[in-house]
Amino acid sequence: MPDGSFAQQPQQRQFNPYTENGGTILAIAGADFTVIAGDTRQSEGYSIQTRYAPKVFRLTDRAVLAVNGFAADGNMFVKKVKQRLEWYRHAHAKDMPLRAIARLIQTMLYAQRFFPYYVYNILGGIEEDGSGAVYSFDPVGSYEREACRAAGAAQALVQPFLDNQIYFKNQMAAAGQSHPLHLPLSDVLAIVIDSFTSATERHIEVGDGLEMYVVLAKGRSSQGLDGLRGAQEISTTNDGDRVFVIRRELKKD
Amino acid sequence: MDHFPTSWGRPRNEAIDAFNTYPLHQRPGHAPKTDTFTDGVQRTQQPIVTGTSILAFHYKDGIIMAADTLASYGSLARFKTIQRLHPVGARTVVGASGDMSDFQYLQNQLDQLTIDEFTENDGHDLGPAEIHEYLSRVMYGRRSKMNPLWNAILVGGKKDNGERFLAYVDLLGTTYSAATIATGYGAHIAIPLLRSAVEGRENEITEEQAREIMTTCMRVLFYRDARSLDKFQIATVTDAGVNISEPIKLETSWNFAENIRGYGAQTQ
Amino acid sequence: MTSIGTGYDLSASTYSPDGRIFQVEYANKAVENSGTAIGLRVKDGIVLAVEKLVHSKLLVPEANRRIQTVEKHVGVATTGLLADGRNLANRVRDEASNYRSVYRSPPPLKELVSRLSMYVQVYTLHSSVRPFGCSTILGGIDESGPGLFVIEPSGVAYGYHGAAVGKGRQLAKTELEKLKLSELTTREAVFEAARIIHLVHDDAKEKDFELELSWIGDETNGLHVPVPKDLFEEADRKAKEALENFE
Repeated sequence: MPDGSFAQQPQQRQFNPYTENGGTILAIAGADFTVIAGDTRQSEGYSIQTRYAPKVFRLTDRAVLAVNGFAADGNMFVKKVKQRLEWYRHAHAKDMPLRAIARLIQTMLYAQRFFPYYVYNILGGIEEDGSGAVYSFDPVGSYEREACRAAGAAQALVQPFLDNQIYFKNQMAAAGQSHPLHLPLSDVLAIVIDSFTSATERHIEVGDGLEMYVVLAKGRSSQGLDGLRGAQEISTTNDGDRVFVIRRELKKD
Repeated sequence: MDHFPTSWGRPRNEAIDAFNTYPLHQRPGHAPKTDTFTDGVQRTQQPIVTGTSILAFHYKDGIIMAADTLASYGSLARFKTIQRLHPVGARTVVGASGDMSDFQYLQNQLDQLTIDEFTENDGHDLGPAEIHEYLSRVMYGRRSKMNPLWNAILVGGKKDNGERFLAYVDLLGTTYSAATIATGYGAHIAIPLLRSAVEGRENEITEEQAREIMTTCMRVLFYRDARSLDKFQIATVTDAGVNISEPIKLETSWNFAENIRGYGAQTQ
Repeated sequence: MTSIGTGYDLSASTYSPDGRIFQVEYANKAVENSGTAIGLRVKDGIVLAVEKLVHSKLLVPEANRRIQTVEKHVGVATTGLLADGRNLANRVRDEASNYRSVYRSPPPLKELVSRLSMYVQVYTLHSSVRPFGCSTILGGIDESGPGLFVIEPSGVAYGYHGAAVGKGRQLAKTELEKLKLSELTTREAVFEAARIIHLVHDDAKEKDFELELSWIGDETNGLHVPVPKDLFEEADRKAKEALENFE
C-alpha cells in the first residue's frame, strides 16, 4: 500500500502440523474372508513423492490395517499399534482378536482427541467366529463394523460403487430371488481391482501400484489364490487364519 | 547436604543419568524450569537463513546427491560457501534444504550420535537406514511439539548388506524413499528430468553419467530458481565410502536473454 | 596396617592425626591388587595395554574389557574395580560430549583429565561415599599431539611418557624406562607393550590372563581403536617368544 498500511498489518503465521498425502484404501468383508487394499502412491500437492509407499499393513495372521491421510501420522500410528500388539503377545502368548484390535485402535485414536492422528483407518480380518469383518474409523476413534468401506482421496468415487456392488443399492433382484448376502472371493477381487483402476482414471492422487491383502478364515481352502498372478502368502502359520498379498500395477500418469 | 552421589557434580548437561538411578524430577534443582517468560518463549514459525533444493538418485555404484553452496536470507544471497551435504559415519550422507541453523543443530546431534556409537565399540555402526529412522523420529517428535526443525532432508548411502538407500524426511515427519528424490524447487523442476534420465536405469548409470545428469539438473535449477547459486557440490556414497566434492562452478550461457521479448524493460 | 582399629579409616571425610585419609589409601590397595595396565606415549601416538586377569574359564573371551573408548581420539585403561572403571569412562564420555556441545570442537585431553580428576576427587571428601577403587590411564591425541595421563583414586592426575599401574607396575616401569619412548613409532610400541604385559605377568601366582591392546596414531587416523587382529597376534606371539629368551 502506498500509505504504508500494508506494513502496519500484523502478520500472523501458524505452523501447520498436518498435510494430506493422497491415495485411497478400501476393504470388503466376505463370509469367511476379507480383502483390504490400498494404492501405493504418496503425493503432496501436485507432486508425486514416491510410487511405492505402502498404506496397508499386516498386523497379525488375522488382522490387516489400512491407513490413509497424513502419512507421517499414519506410519507412527501403525508403529504404535504394532508395538501394542507385540506387548499383548508377550503378555498372553497369543495374537489379539480382531474386535479387540478394533477397540484398541479406537482407544489409541481417542487418546489424541485434541491433537488427532490425521488418518482414516480401515481394519480388516477374521473374527474369532471365523467370519470376515471390516472396521472403519474416523481420525478421533469413532468406529463401526461394516461389510465394506472406502476411504481417502477417492472415497467419493469408490464408496458409491461399493454401495451398488456390495450392498446392491439401487438394484432390483430378479423376480423371486434375493441379493446374495456375501460375494465370492473372485467377485470381490474383481470389484477391488475395478475400483482402483477407475479411481486411478479419475483421481490424480491415486495410481502407481495396488496392494490387496486377503485374509482367509482358518480351514478355508486357498482356492484360486495360489495360482493368482502376483499373489504371495505372508502368514506365519498355515493351520490358522492366513494372509495373502496380491500386487498389481496401476497407471502412473 | 544431598546424599545421593548421582546428584553431585553432574555433567554440565543436567539431563543425563545413564542408569536412571534416581528419578530425575525428584532431585534437587530438577523441577521443570519455568519463569515469568515461559509463556513468551517463541518457537520456529518460519525459516530464516535457508538453503534451496537437494537432489539425489540411485546409480550403478550407489547414491549421488547434490546441493548448491548458497544460504539465503530471504531474497538476499547471504552466505555463498555453505556446505549443505554432511557425511555421517562411513557410508551415509545427509543433505538438507530449509533452515540452515536447524540443519547445523542436526549435524551436531548426528556427530554426537556417531561418537556414542563409536565408543560402544561393539562391532555395530549406523548406516543410512538407521540415520534416516533417527532423523524421522526427531523431525516427527519436534513437529508434534509444534516446534519443528524447518528442513526437508535427504539421507542416502549404502546399507550393511550392500543395498542402496535413499529417503526423505521433512519438518512434518513425512518420510518416503524412491530412486530419485528432490526437495524444494527441485521437486518440481528437477524431478521430471531425473525420472526420465534415471528410472529403470539405476543399475546401468555410471558415476560419470550420474555426475553429468546431476550437473544438467543443477544448471536448469540455477536458470530457474532465484534462490540458487552456480556453485554446487556433489556427494557420492559407494562401497568405497563417502566422497564429497569440492565446490563445482556451473558453466552457463545467457545469450538467449537478449532475444526474450514481452516483459521486462523492453516491450517489443 | 596401623590404621586398623584407630577409627580414622571409617570415612573419607575424616583425617587421621598424621594427616592421611585411609579410605583413599585402601582404594589404592584395590588398584595394587589388580592386573597391570600400561600406557606408552610415543613419537606419533599412544598404545594402551592391559593384563586382564581371567578368574574363570567360563567367561566369554574378550568380554568385560578394561580398555574403553570414550571419544573418537581418547581411550582409557582402568585397573582395580571394573565397575568403577566403567562409571569413570561414562563420566568422561559425558564430559567430552558436553565439551563438544559447548565449544563445537573435539575436547583436548588435558581438559578431559582435569574434569575427570575433579569428579574422582569429590569422592574423597564425603562420608557417604567411598573413593573410586581404580587408577585410570587416559591416552589420546589432540591438537598438541599425543598425551598420556594417570588419575589415581585420590583425584591426582599426572602426565607421563610411559605409565604403569596395578600389580606389576614396578617391573613394568623399569621396562618402560629402558625404552626410548619418544623415538618409537606406534606400531613398534604395540610390540613393546605386549612384551611388557607378558613379562610382568606372574605365571606362578596368577591364573590365566587376557592381553588387551589398543592404539591411537597415524595408522588409525587418530582414532582410538583396538589393535587389529593380525597385528595383535603377531605382537602376542613375539611377546611370548621374547619371554622364553628372557628366562
